[in-house]
Amino acid sequence: MTAGNATNGSTVDTAAPPPRRWSRFAIMTGLLVLALLVTCLLSLGIGQYALSPTQIIGILLQAIGIDTGWAPTVTTDAGVLLSIRMPRLVLGVIVGAALAVSGVLMQAIFGNPLADAGVVGVSSGAAVGAAASLTFGLATFGAWTTPAFAFFGGLIAVFAVYFISRAGGRTEVVTLLLTGIAINAIGGAGLAFLTFLGTTSTREQIIFWQLGSLNGALWPNVALVAPLVAIGTVVALLVARQLDLFALGERTARHLGVRVEPLRMTVIVTVALLVCAAVAFAGIIGFVGLVIPHLMRMIMGPAHLPLVIVSALGGALLIAAADLVARTAVPLADLPIGMITALVGGPFFLWLLLRTRRESGGWA
Amino acid sequence: MIPELSPPDVRLVATGVVVQPNPFARPILDDVSIELHRGEVHALVGPNGAGKSTLFSVLSGDIDPVVGEVWLDGEPLHSIRPRRLAQRRSVLLQQNTVAFSFTVEQVVRMGRAPWAGTPAEADDDRVVAEGMAATEVLELARRPVSSLSGGERARVALARVLAQDVDILLLDEPTAALDLKHHEDVMRLARRRATSGATVAIVLHDLNAALTHADRVTLLSDGRVAATGAPAEVLTADRIEHVYGQAVDVFPHPRTGVPIIAARH
Repeated sequence: MTAGNATNGSTVDTAAPPPRRWSRFAIMTGLLVLALLVTCLLSLGIGQYALSPTQIIGILLQAIGIDTGWAPTVTTDAGVLLSIRMPRLVLGVIVGAALAVSGVLMQAIFGNPLADAGVVGVSSGAAVGAAASLTFGLATFGAWTTPAFAFFGGLIAVFAVYFISRAGGRTEVVTLLLTGIAINAIGGAGLAFLTFLGTTSTREQIIFWQLGSLNGALWPNVALVAPLVAIGTVVALLVARQLDLFALGERTARHLGVRVEPLRMTVIVTVALLVCAAVAFAGIIGFVGLVIPHLMRMIMGPAHLPLVIVSALGGALLIAAADLVARTAVPLADLPIGMITALVGGPFFLWLLLRTRRESGGWA
Repeated sequence: MIPELSPPDVRLVATGVVVQPNPFARPILDDVSIELHRGEVHALVGPNGAGKSTLFSVLSGDIDPVVGEVWLDGEPLHSIRPRRLAQRRSVLLQQNTVAFSFTVEQVVRMGRAPWAGTPAEADDDRVVAEGMAATEVLELARRPVSSLSGGERARVALARVLAQDVDILLLDEPTAALDLKHHEDVMRLARRRATSGATVAIVLHDLNAALTHADRVTLLSDGRVAATGAPAEVLTADRIEHVYGQAVDVFPHPRTGVPIIAARH
């Protein structure tokens, strides 16, 4: 098998694709960043107090000590932007990235393109944890209490789904989805019970979780969530190459040198971390982890390193856009963002289903 | 136990291996020993359920036997870390499904993963191209593996194993999905690798392939080694009939003189 056969074929293809793939990645990243910036500017400008892009940039630069003369002289404008619209937008962007990256990670270890925090029940596990901390008025970990409980709830849910639905290193789609239905049902029961136990104000908070909303986001929330998502995303980038090997099945991944068990645990904990960060203050925002990795895979191919990066950007963009719609679609009303993403995600899911059925007779 | 200083041509050894699903069940492997030598193609044959795949898993390090030991170049197999192991032996399984739409070239390139960050990384492009050329999958390079036929996928998986570029190859029924020509290609490939110093173990169903291409055959029956040695000595008409429960004729090939096995009916 040595060089004998290789000489007559020249080194076709093997050297060519990487540069092309990298340029595609660069273009995609550039477009997403651009779209994200434009959406953010729009989102910051549109609302009861309309602000022009130059005013926005002026206020932002003023806030970091650079005076351009673009900033409006009315201080309420700066206040609206800096303490209401900005934290909300930044939280949304972070949450979107977290959900999309958690989707990529789950799909990789489940070897299954339908794994998503919402579908599989991790989000409702996390919501039960968060709701419990509120209903019982716990402050075990200070400001971290709600995210911490969300993390434990989410972690229990991921573990449950993972160990129930996997057989021989893979998950059948049907088993995974049915497990998700069961976990979501249990999570729903827990939430219902906690809603029943709670006071009027905790009830309201729990319901707002189930709908998902960025309304009322504050800078301290952002400060709590941002480091968690940063850690989760860095871990995702570090394990990305090994996740590629997981696509060959667990045994083959091990034969190629992957330490399967530690990798699996790392990824599961990271998923719980990302989902808890997303859920703790924004509630259950569904379908981002399903739609974004799918779309990005169609455009970029399945290699995980670029996929994690463009999915993070794509998730951020989706939430930023969805939140803009949530704030502005109905005058003077703030729609739940979970409703918007579900409106996008539900039809997308159906389209995926139809497409897969047409091409290969459905998910086996 | 520590094996007596193994001569350098013994690469992978299993001694007295017992594998049992639980302490009360009948063992799948019962006191099985096998030696894989440098420069040899070693065929593992036997009827369905004889324990070939389990022995294969033991040799590749997927199953740690409760009783018995496996040694790679004199080191206990279970003490070698996965990455270092991957730099010394490659494994081809029967099932080679690929999740997501990775292309052929991407999958073959995954065979280079054990060498990432080592000086051998410099050879990536050459070794990947050679592996793809040897298995005739170059023209499929840009296609997603999920769109290929069973036989094409099997060849892609083999190309990935070749791209790993190590000198111990463990192949579980690499020819099962292949047509006549590609079947022979794979066996010749194994032969060439062995001739240039590699150690090759192949699980086979086709006894004629074992007779034609293997240097050594181990015949498993009911979780035990029925016979091991030169192919023509192991695969006799009497022993095959006894182990498989099927009468056969064994006669010399008219041109090469290599024995041929044909089921009697």
